[in-house]
Parts: sequence; C-alpha cells; structure tokens
Amino acid sequence: MNKTPNPKAWLFVIPVVVLVAFNALIPLMTVVNYSVQETFGDNVFFWEGMKWFEEVLRSERFHESFLRQIAFTGMILVIEIPLGIAIALAMPRKGPWVSVCLVLMALPLLIPWNVVGAMWNIFALPDIGLLGRMINGLGIDYNFTQQPVSAWSTTVLMDVWHWTSLVVLLSYAGLSAIPDAYYQAAKIDGANAWAVFRFIQLPKMKRVLTIAILLRFMDSFMIYTEPFVLTGGGPGNTTTFLSIDLVKIALGQFDLGPAAAMSLIYFLIVLLVSWIFYTLMMRGEEN
Amino acid sequence: MGIELKKVTKQVGAETYIYETDLSFEKDGFNILLGTTLSGKTTLMRLMAGLERPSSGEVWFEGQDVTGIPVQKRSVAMVYQQFINYPNFNVFENIASPLRVSGVSSQEIKQRVGKISDLLKLTPFLDRSPDELSGGQQQRTALARALVKNAALVLLDEPLANLDYKLREELRDELPKLFQDTGATVVYATSEPLEALMLGGRTATLHEGRVTQYGPTSQIYRAPNTLVSAQVFSDPPINTAPVEKKNDTFHLTDLINWSVPVEYANLSDGQYVIGVRPHHLTVGTATEDMVRLNGTVQIAEISGSESIIHFNVEGHTWVSESHGVHQFKVGDSVELSLDVSRCFYFHQSGELVAG
Repeated sequence: MNKTPNPKAWLFVIPVVVLVAFNALIPLMTVVNYSVQETFGDNVFFWEGMKWFEEVLRSERFHESFLRQIAFTGMILVIEIPLGIAIALAMPRKGPWVSVCLVLMALPLLIPWNVVGAMWNIFALPDIGLLGRMINGLGIDYNFTQQPVSAWSTTVLMDVWHWTSLVVLLSYAGLSAIPDAYYQAAKIDGANAWAVFRFIQLPKMKRVLTIAILLRFMDSFMIYTEPFVLTGGGPGNTTTFLSIDLVKIALGQFDLGPAAAMSLIYFLIVLLVSWIFYTLMMRGEEN
Repeated sequence: MGIELKKVTKQVGAETYIYETDLSFEKDGFNILLGTTLSGKTTLMRLMAGLERPSSGEVWFEGQDVTGIPVQKRSVAMVYQQFINYPNFNVFENIASPLRVSGVSSQEIKQRVGKISDLLKLTPFLDRSPDELSGGQQQRTALARALVKNAALVLLDEPLANLDYKLREELRDELPKLFQDTGATVVYATSEPLEALMLGGRTATLHEGRVTQYGPTSQIYRAPNTLVSAQVFSDPPINTAPVEKKNDTFHLTDLINWSVPVEYANLSDGQYVIGVRPHHLTVGTATEDMVRLNGTVQIAEISGSESIIHFNVEGHTWVSESHGVHQFKVGDSVELSLDVSRCFYFHQSGELVAG
C-alpha cells in the first residue's frame, strides 16, 4: 500500500500532545529537574547528577518506609482479594436482594478518603471511640495512637473496610458473566462446589481479578490520605508509608532534591511491579 | 424404551412453565423438541435430565422411575447452545473430564478420548485451550465430552444455533451418525422447523409450555393436528385466513372462492380457518385447479434459490415462497396461485378438520 505523507495529520495529534504535556510530561520533567540539582532560593540551581538518587537508595529511612510499604500492600492483597471473592460468591445472583447488596457494597467506595480516615480515627479512639472502647472492654490493651501493633491493625482494617467492596464488585461482575449452562454442565459432570470454583468460576474471573489486584496494588502502594488522617504516620514512624515519608521530606523538611529523586524511584517501582504483574497474568491470554 | 414424562408439570412461583405433559421418547433415532424461544424446550430438557424436579408427575427412564434422582446419579450428557468447555483445560482434558470424575483408568481415558476426537476431527487440536478454537471446534469439543461419557440420555439444547451456516450444515449431517450406535436416547431441541425435518426421527411440537403434537417428524409436518402445531412447524410462517363454507364452495372473499374438495363434502357450513404453507402460494398464473389471487408486493427477499415475497391481498398479508429467483419491487401488482388442494382446514377452535 502506498502511503502519502499528509502534514495535516499533525493537527489531529496536537491536542493530545498538548494535554499530555500539561498533565504529565511537564510536571514529570519538573521533578526530574529537581532530582538532579541542588535547589536554593531565588531559583539558584547547582548540578548534582545522581547524588540524590544514591542518597535516597542508601538511606536507612527509605529502606524502612519501603519495607513498611511492601508489608502493608502485601497484607492488603492477601486479605482483600480472597475476602472480596468470598463475599462475591456469597452474594445472591438474582432477586430483590441483589440491588440491596450492591448498594451496601458500593457505600464505602463513595466516602471521601479523608472522611474515612477521620471516621476511623474517632471510631477507634480508646477512650471515646466505639471500636476502641469495645476492644479495651474485651480486656485487650488497645491504643492506636501509642502502640505500633494497634496502629497497624487499625490501618489495615480501615483499608479492608474501605476497599474490599471494589474487589467484591469486580468479582461479582465476573461471576454474573458466567452463563448458567456452565453450572449445569458441571452439575451433570458431578463436580462439587470446590471444583466449580476452581475450574469454572476462578478461570472465568481471571480478567477482572487481574484488574482488581492491579488496582488494589497501585492504590495501597500509594496510600496517603487515610493513614495520614488516622495516625499521621505514627506512633513514631511505624505507619509512615512511602508517600507519607515523601511528603515529610518534600514539604516538612523542604529537601526538594532527595524528595524528587524519591518520587521518581517510587514511580518507577509502581510502574515496574504493575508491568511485571500484568505481563505474567496475561501471558497465554494472547490469541 | 427411552425417557417418559408422565403427567409432568413445572411451576416456578405463580408462573407455569410446563402444563401437564405426557411424552415418551424412544431410543432409536432423534427425538426432536420443536418450538420457539420460551416455549419450554429447555425446561423440558432440564426436567428430563434431573436438573430440576417436576412440580407434579413422574419421569421414567428405561422402565424406572427416576423422578427424585439427582442428575449426578443418572447417566446424562448435555450440550448447550453456548459452547461450554472448561476454560483452563485443553481439549484433551475437556473431553476426558467426565471420565476422570468417574474414575476411569488413564490408559482407557487416552484410548477413548483418542477415538472420539478422531470421530469429531479434533485430534490436531487436543493440546489447545478452548479459547484458541473456532466456534465449530469448541462445540465439537462439547459434543465429544457428551459422547465420550457413553451416557444413556443425551440432551442437545439447540447445539447448532450459535454456529455459522456452513458449520451448522456440516454438523447437522454428522450428528445423527455420531449418536447412531451409542444406544443412547437422544433428545434434540431446536427452534427451526427445517432442522427438525432434516434430522428426521420423531418430533414434539411445543407451544407456550404445552406439547401440541408428537409423532414421526414428517407426519407432523404433513398433518398438523392443530393450527398451533402447524404454526410451530412452518418457516416462513404459515398463512392463515378465515374462510366460509357455503354449500359446496369455500369463500375467502366474495370473489375468491373454490369448490369444496370431496373429502370435506360432509362438512357443515360455517366459518373455518385455512392454513397455507408459503410454498403452496406461488407467483405466476394459476392453473385450473388452483385459485388465483391478485396482490401487491410488500416485502421481497431472496433466500438462496427461493424467493420469499410478502403480498397484500385485499388488506390481508400473505407470504409466498416460490422456487427460483424473482425480482420484485415493492408496490408491484402480481398474480399468485394458491394451491387449495394442499392447504389445511381448521375449525375456529384450532382443531384440524378431519378430511
């Protein structure tokens, strides 16, 4: 086929280029700019090369928040994905209760993140919060503002409460898309409930689960608002996740160079993990 | 002795899916359930399979009452309109799955799957997963699963409906051969009258949850006992029109009339309904023993070597099916000939007039 060059084609591309430039490229390049220079007042810059990157990657503080982040995201995925699937399986497939369940499930997703944080903060206060009083009433010493274990479990519980619904809704959509005939066929074959789950429901949910895991990974890996409102990263630094740490460095200490370098490293980690995960899950899905 | 339904009904909530039905399907040849969507074909099959319990009545299979016995304990295989295979098993494992469940030795599985996949031309695809197959191959895999099981009752629920034309024809030819020597009772549901005719065997016509007629397929086609059976078993739809018998003539209108055939000579005067299959109403000048109609073309479509043309005759729409390709424009006036010797006469209640 012969292709004739048509300079007008550029006109169609320009709006997208401008949009992407303003919402992604220019901010990103600003960060790149800060990450390789020492910034002083009055826009005075000194070239520093890779110094900030090395500093961040070597710093104990970054390692700690990174490990904390991995542990948190790991816990979130391990709890929310199976729990979400289980709830979706238990939900009714038809009848008037379907919409009731769906609305109940969607409710937590509609609440703004800082409100969730504030809600749980009050809910879990050991002296006046319902949850805090209850746990202490059971004889367990619980105070999320002072004990790392309490702070962690409250943060994880809050995220499970807020986001498991997303996994439920996605799984439910995947389950609803399975034609009834599959279940009949399985019944005729004499398959038990576990076999139906393992050989029909799970493979049929594969795509939506990939999306669910990916979304939950990215969101929980970048979590900021809720723990910021709930614990502020404390007690000490025990719930200081990557983004909280990043904000502390950038805005608290105003170390723009290290903060910019850390942002880029952070960004690349999320991108890399998502890409590896997606490639693995989708392998064999070609054709 | 195949499967028998004795006074079976099925109600779900306030809705009646199947009205009291007596039906007995034989072992040899295909047993066809013919009816439109929602006529109750699938429900009947589910009742036969044991996937559902009848609200009342009994299901007998090979001389035994199997009413309460769940499907797992019966020897049943079913193929659906959708291509149902286990998504993460390859073709071999899919075909082998019913054998694995019943604990057949892996050597025997290999041999039986090999034989069936040869028969269904699936041998080159045994390593593939179902989503790497064409629709036809996916359905062949599902059929192979049903066959390999050697089930005593095989239920095929519109298995060809989702396939394209060529594949459908191909599989339709093969199906009766595939099940010929299995000794299974085969029930085949379809909404297409032509398919029923091609598969032969016996047909039960279904309409709104009732079996309207049951017997050898060709006999039902030639002699539908009610207007409803005739309507279910006609594609394009059968033409119906009120006629009046006065003495020795049938009157369609004042001007269009014909003399009463000998076999209806004893019929009392009054109102009747005629049913005319579209291919008994053809384009062209009427010969002596035919009735002439003048109509205007409303819709003209060509299906292969047949022309299907909808006409308006004095405010009434008729569908004609003529051999050969005829080009008509909407609004053309055309002369039609109605073969009254081939049409059915029904009482106004819908019963066929005995002739």
